[in-house]
Amino acid sequence: MKKIILLVAAFYLVTSSMFAQDDLLKQIEDQGKKKEYADYAFKSSRVIMSHSMELLKPGTMDFRILHRFGNVNDGASEFFGLDHATMRMGFDFGITKNLMVGIGRSTNKKEFDGFLKYRFIRQATGPHSVPFSLLAAVGSTLQTLKWSDPSKDYVFPDRLGYYYQIIIGRKFSDRISLQLSPTLLHRNLAPTVNDPNDLYAIGTGGRLKLSKRISLNLDYYYRFNPNTSDGTHNPFSVGFDFETGGHVFQLHFTNAIGMNERIFLTETTNDWAKGDIQFGFNLSRIFQIKKKRLSE
Amino acid sequence: MKKISLTIIVFVTVCSVLEAQDKFYTKTGKIFFECTKSPLEKIEATNKSSTCVLDIKTGLLQFAVLMRGFEFQRALMQEHFNENYVESSKFPKSDFKGEISNNNEINYTKDGEYIAKVKGKLQLHGQTQDVDAIGKIIIKQGRVMANARFAILLSDYNIRIPSLVSDKLSNSVNIIIDCNLEPFKD
Repeated sequence: MKKIILLVAAFYLVTSSMFAQDDLLKQIEDQGKKKEYADYAFKSSRVIMSHSMELLKPGTMDFRILHRFGNVNDGASEFFGLDHATMRMGFDFGITKNLMVGIGRSTNKKEFDGFLKYRFIRQATGPHSVPFSLLAAVGSTLQTLKWSDPSKDYVFPDRLGYYYQIIIGRKFSDRISLQLSPTLLHRNLAPTVNDPNDLYAIGTGGRLKLSKRISLNLDYYYRFNPNTSDGTHNPFSVGFDFETGGHVFQLHFTNAIGMNERIFLTETTNDWAKGDIQFGFNLSRIFQIKKKRLSE
Repeated sequence: MKKISLTIIVFVTVCSVLEAQDKFYTKTGKIFFECTKSPLEKIEATNKSSTCVLDIKTGLLQFAVLMRGFEFQRALMQEHFNENYVESSKFPKSDFKGEISNNNEINYTKDGEYIAKVKGKLQLHGQTQDVDAIGKIIIKQGRVMANARFAILLSDYNIRIPSLVSDKLSNSVNIIIDCNLEPFKD
């Protein structure tokens, strides 16, 4: 009995001194994992032409200048399309961590557009987390070009179009992010009576990060009920994002005509199969309008 | 004999309970860093949720900090910090394990300010380097405050500065630590 008690005492002494030399931090830190959000799935709030699953951070403004040149297969006399350019200038604002808005104007049809993008679910790991992000984008477009045939009886709403989009995206790894975006586009005025006012489409976007500052992006829409008569095609863009500190350059090739959802879904007459592709670039410059307060 | 053994057990148990009070800790330690080179663009960030543990008996001192917890004034800077420089998805945590080498000169039971010489290993961006710093321990009404100010070099931790921003970003990073420690109870 005595021996047992001695043994217990000795054991106790040894273990308690072992405890003292243990990793101090391990005694303090929580055992449970914390919820961690998956950020930076895309370098920009646009994949190339479509809304991405990323939002601007609150207090920032993104000044975006988008260019699309003429068809590369116009040949050397048109300098492979670079002689012709259309552009869209846009201002996007991060309002809260889940909300951003933006406005823009395209030279094509002198069209204005505006949108609002909201994130309902943010991809995260850890307890009570969802493995994907879910966002919605709603936008509207307004053409201000004079009607080509003034004798017809047009009304103002004929200039308007609307789009509604759900974005489901997941950052699979540091390098790979993918997203799907079911889209409904409504035009108050369709080109012919045979064409639907409501167009249904699904967009897919993805990126493969090649290095810290370069990624390969793909952006494609499949349209379920395209216009019957005008020979338009599904828009597809492929390109690279280059991040240079303050700017993100998105250099790409695309068949899409125009730089807002209404135009590229309904007026893309170019066909990749025929080589009707254009070079384009998006320039994104982020400004911090409202600085976060830091206390030392 | 039996009684002696029992006394030892009781004594050791009491000791190990007391021992827990040799440790002071915080989970809201502040770490500030600054690596500005050009006066036009301040590059600085603060983390207010670092963990710090100090064993006043042995002088052992440890820190841990989540890289994603650093907040910048500019969101884009914060993105670049996480994505391009410290690669916080690959190396989410930085930690320091060391000791106060002149611990016996600090009287933790008496209010006052004491110089603390700290020596240890700092792990950042997957690299570990020896770090020396002169800090201050302030004892005030049973609380222990630990402050330190030191500098590290980004190149020691395999963090490359692209030539494009070499005129804005300094290779030398000034770090200020400010922790308010309280007694740790199991």
